[in-house]
Amino acid sequence: MKVPGDRFDGWTSVAVALTGGYLLLVIWPLVMVLISSFSVDGGMSLAGFEKFFSSRLYYGTLVNSMMVTVCVTALALVVAFPLAYFMTMFRIAGNRTVQMLILASMMSPPFIGAYSWILLLGNNGMITTFFQDLFGFKPPSIYGFVGIVLVLTLQLVPLIFTYLMGAWRTIDVSLLEASESMGITGWKRAVQVISPLLWPTVLAGSLLVFVRAFADFGTPMLIGQGFRTVPVLIYSSFVGEVGTDTSFAAAVAVIVIAVTLSVFLLQRYLASRQKFSMTALRSIEPKRLPGWRGVAAHAYVYGFLTLALAPLIVVVVSSFRNTLYGQFVDGFSLDNYVDSQRDIMRYVGNTFSIGITALVILVVVAVLVAYLTVRRKGVLSSTLDTMTMVPYVVPGLVIGIALVTAFSQKPLLLTGTFTIMVIALTIRRLPYAVRSTTALMYQLNPSIEEAAVSLGASKFRTLMRIIVPALAPGILSGAILSWVTIITELSTTLFLYNTSTQTLSLGIYAEVIRGQLGTAAALSTLLLVLTMLSLFVLMRLPGGQKELRV
Amino acid sequence: MTSIALRALRKEYNGQVAIPNLDLDIADGEFFTLLGPSGCGKTTLLRMIAGFNSIESGTIAFDDVVINDRSPSARNIGMVFQSYALFPQMSAGKNVAFGLQTRNVDRAESARRVAAALEQVHMAHLKDRLPGEMSGGQQQRVALARALVIRPAVLLMDEPLSNLDAKLRVEMRDTIREAQREAGITTVYVTHDQEEAMAVSDRIAVMNLGVVQQVGSPAEIYRNPANRFVAEFIGKTNLIERDLLQRNGASLLELGDGVTIDVGAAIDPAATGKVQVSVRPEAVQVGDGGLSAEVVEETFLGSHSQIRARLRTGETIEFLEFSRRDALWARGEQVSLQLNTDMLTYFDAASGVSIMRGAAK
Repeated sequence: MKVPGDRFDGWTSVAVALTGGYLLLVIWPLVMVLISSFSVDGGMSLAGFEKFFSSRLYYGTLVNSMMVTVCVTALALVVAFPLAYFMTMFRIAGNRTVQMLILASMMSPPFIGAYSWILLLGNNGMITTFFQDLFGFKPPSIYGFVGIVLVLTLQLVPLIFTYLMGAWRTIDVSLLEASESMGITGWKRAVQVISPLLWPTVLAGSLLVFVRAFADFGTPMLIGQGFRTVPVLIYSSFVGEVGTDTSFAAAVAVIVIAVTLSVFLLQRYLASRQKFSMTALRSIEPKRLPGWRGVAAHAYVYGFLTLALAPLIVVVVSSFRNTLYGQFVDGFSLDNYVDSQRDIMRYVGNTFSIGITALVILVVVAVLVAYLTVRRKGVLSSTLDTMTMVPYVVPGLVIGIALVTAFSQKPLLLTGTFTIMVIALTIRRLPYAVRSTTALMYQLNPSIEEAAVSLGASKFRTLMRIIVPALAPGILSGAILSWVTIITELSTTLFLYNTSTQTLSLGIYAEVIRGQLGTAAALSTLLLVLTMLSLFVLMRLPGGQKELRV
Repeated sequence: MTSIALRALRKEYNGQVAIPNLDLDIADGEFFTLLGPSGCGKTTLLRMIAGFNSIESGTIAFDDVVINDRSPSARNIGMVFQSYALFPQMSAGKNVAFGLQTRNVDRAESARRVAAALEQVHMAHLKDRLPGEMSGGQQQRVALARALVIRPAVLLMDEPLSNLDAKLRVEMRDTIREAQREAGITTVYVTHDQEEAMAVSDRIAVMNLGVVQQVGSPAEIYRNPANRFVAEFIGKTNLIERDLLQRNGASLLELGDGVTIDVGAAIDPAATGKVQVSVRPEAVQVGDGGLSAEVVEETFLGSHSQIRARLRTGETIEFLEFSRRDALWARGEQVSLQLNTDMLTYFDAASGVSIMRGAAK
């Protein structure tokens, strides 16, 4: 019997088309990587994996990566918790500005942080030479393990902080008052009452920090030197100076996916064991903290802020310093900008053309997928939903390798083209965009759509006239956040670009590697300005600030 | 205008039967209410009429034309939702105009009809407000105007008042009734509130577990409930169980304390066995020569009191009494209760079905 409402309609075709696109552009390339990891010269082989585990040179990178990731995750939590605690429980001067600046530091590209710390504490860094001239000795080296942990921690504390602040807002003040009435106050209360309430959030935030720290390529590449992490190994074996070993690179990529996937599943499991929901009728009111404790809280908050913002300020200042053969010399001018203005124009042009195209596709696909998963529950929709989440656990570098593997031969020769850049960036950001759009879609009462249909509107008209406009503010804020992450993306596109599709972030990377520090600083400054402008627009949007609260 | 005929309708959710087999006829221009406890299938049925829910078998016809396979947008219905469901980004006026746009009504005509519809629900002055800037009651008025302005064949309302506070509910149901009468649109209204159903409906279908228990006017349903479920769901009642006695050709019920009632004229002559007597609170009054009872509790409610008393048999009787000048009944006080036999109804104790002569089947 034919059934109204469940009929095969336009939405089914959309679901089929999206699933097909995903299979072709994400799943197939990843399967190619998997196949390639198990084969050498066309035959089935475990040689890639054997090679990895045979030498300390290779498996050592996994140990290094795990060390870095665990340290960064733990440190980020330890630093972020008091930060969020002080910011919510006590009145901190300039609270709103502090929050905005912390967010701004989070949204800035991580490799700029790495590069900037080199400018400060590297071999010829400002502080290094300062110490050398004054005391005759060098401060501890920034290169290697310490540098990576420092840069990534500073980068990722704001992320956990944002998560924590969001969760803190859902704690009803009556819970604190209840614990106070039972004689539990101060730090005891923070540990016994607040921490358990924040636990699910901490888990979710930690997962994100873990995955990001584990998959980060730019930071260890720039500042790691001899200390190599897995992404660096993948990169060097894929573009290897001593000849490409695709099968080996693929094997390492598979190992990386295995690690991130298990962490992801572990987090899922832990989160599902402790599930509860909270909504605060009355949120916590910050109290004034008098005396030395107030000073200490302020010192902590502003101390962190200084550390987080220092690299950004250094980059901006450096961009105006004179350079000679790429190295900084005395004096200030606009030379860095003027001398490479043709390159700058090209980078900026590409950033906008590729970024905006990717953004438009991203928003459209995210709206369609979100609609399908929220309103058309079914096997196809849930498959699609799961597939869009794949890039969440697959590091950007691996996505890049997968795309190169799949699309570097005819008939699908796309490497180096505008198209592949757009595809890569869209795929990379899709899990995040789909998540946020799905959350928006869930907030929209299903009756609203039914009301439109009952008034005679077609499905397409309902989508365009009712659903999209109703969600427009949220979609727009989400799009700006996506935009910021698109323009700062590095690892996914690293294997896919050529000079005609090089974006700002790829340009910075290339200039740093080439030793053109002045040009790199100028490009970084432009990227920072672009990022900050975008965030500024976001803050001005109605509901935009809420979006930034995660 | 439009009559609705439902024939042998069946609805399942993942193999669970929600509505096994349902027949209903709703007359042209009628205000028809589906009433029942939550989970009884009333909203499911309404959404089947609207086309939002699938139908496993059976037919739905508007004016004898089967519309099973017509999409909701092609059924020419106006729908009012519990959650108002106004388009959040559009002003009140734009919300009301939306249905006219999809029907390609020209601008001047559209503006005229929107203004008239808003006027009808007393919302003309808030034409430019966004839904977020209106109260719940105002939003529901706009939603009603939006549903009426397209001159639908059928108006469907899904618990439209349950998100409003008590005072607004009463005000709003007058507006709904007024607007419906004026437009003469066949209306199907869903509610779980029996007082609301009585106040607005021409006829009510009482539903339980996906089955229509009784269809009738509010007075019919209250006075002559088809079964025990309807008697207990609509208003309050006390149930007393007794054996039906046949003595000298008369059918008698011995209530106790020497009170015996002859039910021969009231009930089906074929009835036998145990009988449940439904005693509405207003059928009881304090007076000599009745059933002896002991007052358990009096709840003072201003204009009247609600009194709970225990019969010697241990059964509890609740009844109403208008407020008196003097003191309230004391706990444990002995009273004699007279029953107004004209207002009693009788059910077969085993099946719960009414055994009144001419009972609704």
